[in-house]
Amino acid sequence: MTVELVNRILEGDVRTAARLMRGIEDGAADAFGEMADLYPHTGKAYIVGITGAPGGGKSTLVDTLITTFRQRDMTLGVVAIDPTSPFTGGAILGDRVRMQKHSTDSGVFIRSVATRGWLGGLARAAVSIIHIMDAMGKDIILVETVGIGQQEVDVTRLADTSIFVLTPGSGDAIQMMKAGILEVADIFVVNKADLEGASRSKMELQAMLGMKSGACEEWEPSVLLTEAVNNIGIEELVDEILKHQAFLVSGEGMEKRRKERARLELTEAIESSLKDYIDSNVDKAFLEKLVDDLVQRRTNPQAAASQIIGKSIKR
Amino acid sequence: MEHQTKLRVLVAKPGLDGHDRGVKIIARAFRDTGYEVIYTGVHQTPEQIVSAAIQEDVDLIGLSCLSGAHLFLFNEVVRQLIEQDAGDIIVIGGGIIPEEDITRLKGAGIKEIFLPGTSLDEILKWVEENVKPLSQRGGSK
Ligand SMILES: Nc1nc2c(ncn2[C@@H]2O[C@H](COP(=O)(O)OP(=O)(O)OP(=O)(O)O)[C@@H](O)[C@H]2O)c(=O)[nH]1
Ligand SMILES: [Mg+2]
Repeated sequence: MTVELVNRILEGDVRTAARLMRGIEDGAADAFGEMADLYPHTGKAYIVGITGAPGGGKSTLVDTLITTFRQRDMTLGVVAIDPTSPFTGGAILGDRVRMQKHSTDSGVFIRSVATRGWLGGLARAAVSIIHIMDAMGKDIILVETVGIGQQEVDVTRLADTSIFVLTPGSGDAIQMMKAGILEVADIFVVNKADLEGASRSKMELQAMLGMKSGACEEWEPSVLLTEAVNNIGIEELVDEILKHQAFLVSGEGMEKRRKERARLELTEAIESSLKDYIDSNVDKAFLEKLVDDLVQRRTNPQAAASQIIGKSIKR
Repeated sequence: MEHQTKLRVLVAKPGLDGHDRGVKIIARAFRDTGYEVIYTGVHQTPEQIVSAAIQEDVDLIGLSCLSGAHLFLFNEVVRQLIEQDAGDIIVIGGGIIPEEDITRLKGAGIKEIFLPGTSLDEILKWVEENVKPLSQRGGSK
């Protein structure tokens, strides 16, 4: 059964892939087993993360990146993440509007994903969705994250190349320093370069990057100017992405990143298994008793947690 | 809250008219009901709508058309869905649509048509009662 499903995905069947993505998001019982069978077929695609302040032009950039990568005969997956409303649990996923002209290109698979309460600019299902696109044989996977100021750093742990998008004179620089983005982004893009102050923003950013001390074999992030709406600077951006890829592949960078990602996935899996196990196995009454004990200060959170985890691990 | 089946809906405006106020209001109402709404914008061809719907694995497509070409465009969406083995995605439409066309559209497989003046509540209630996530619909694959 799953062999058939895996084969269909490997052949690039869109409906099957789309359904599995949904199953993962919704926590469908069989989806996780299917993912497990698909896993050996993943790890080939090159993952590019795109993050930055809201409205900076990320989706428009993704649209032009798709066009340019397609012209170079590469296929793409796009994961476009937008926030879930904390009040209603619903979401308007609007990134796709800017990329719709690629909707009918069979070399492009675009999927809109809601965060569903996940922090860090990603969604819990994002990693699995990337894997599915990877298994479908997409060469490049672009991941557009939610722009939420200080928390978008997560994507850099997932991506091979991380792009940070900002706009002229937006004063994002200080924010970026605080969020530690300067340290983790591989390429900086000042989009909306048609607006005033673009070259100044570029210079400021370069100065800040210059302050960062780095060994000489390290990648030096560059700052590019783009006008996504006018399709200007995109060829250069694609060149830079491929240059970074070549840099990673020629050194130890690639292996390091893949290892980091595997570690992230493992940690994630441990945490969620443990959580699921506790949710379904720990006696609710016992949990409530611990809560009461905490309120009465008869125990402390750490000790209470050990009691639960001790129980779970012993089985 | 993370692991839960949520209705996914695609709203699109096929055809030439560019008035998207109405669909945006609907999109927001769906979001406020707790659905995940994929908005694809104006001037969409049936091909674009259908392939987006399949990639996004939506349960429902809401079409709005004020240009008078609804008959062709709406029918074409349904026809292509069936052709792509995705006839289980429910399609509804809204717009200025004459009475005689409604019968033809429904005959072609559009599940419901909402005319101007229909309240948001009516639409939401209809969806609530008639659209279940694909994975929870018995029988259909
Ligand atoms: N002037 C100018 N506007 C641009 C440029 N690129 C994008 N925009 C506009 O900026 C607005 C936001 O673009 P998006 O691509 O939706 O930005 P985003 O970063 O994806 O937005 P969110 O996903 O909502 O955070 C749109 O109105 C675009 O047309 C550019 O190069 N110059
Ligand atoms: Mg966007």
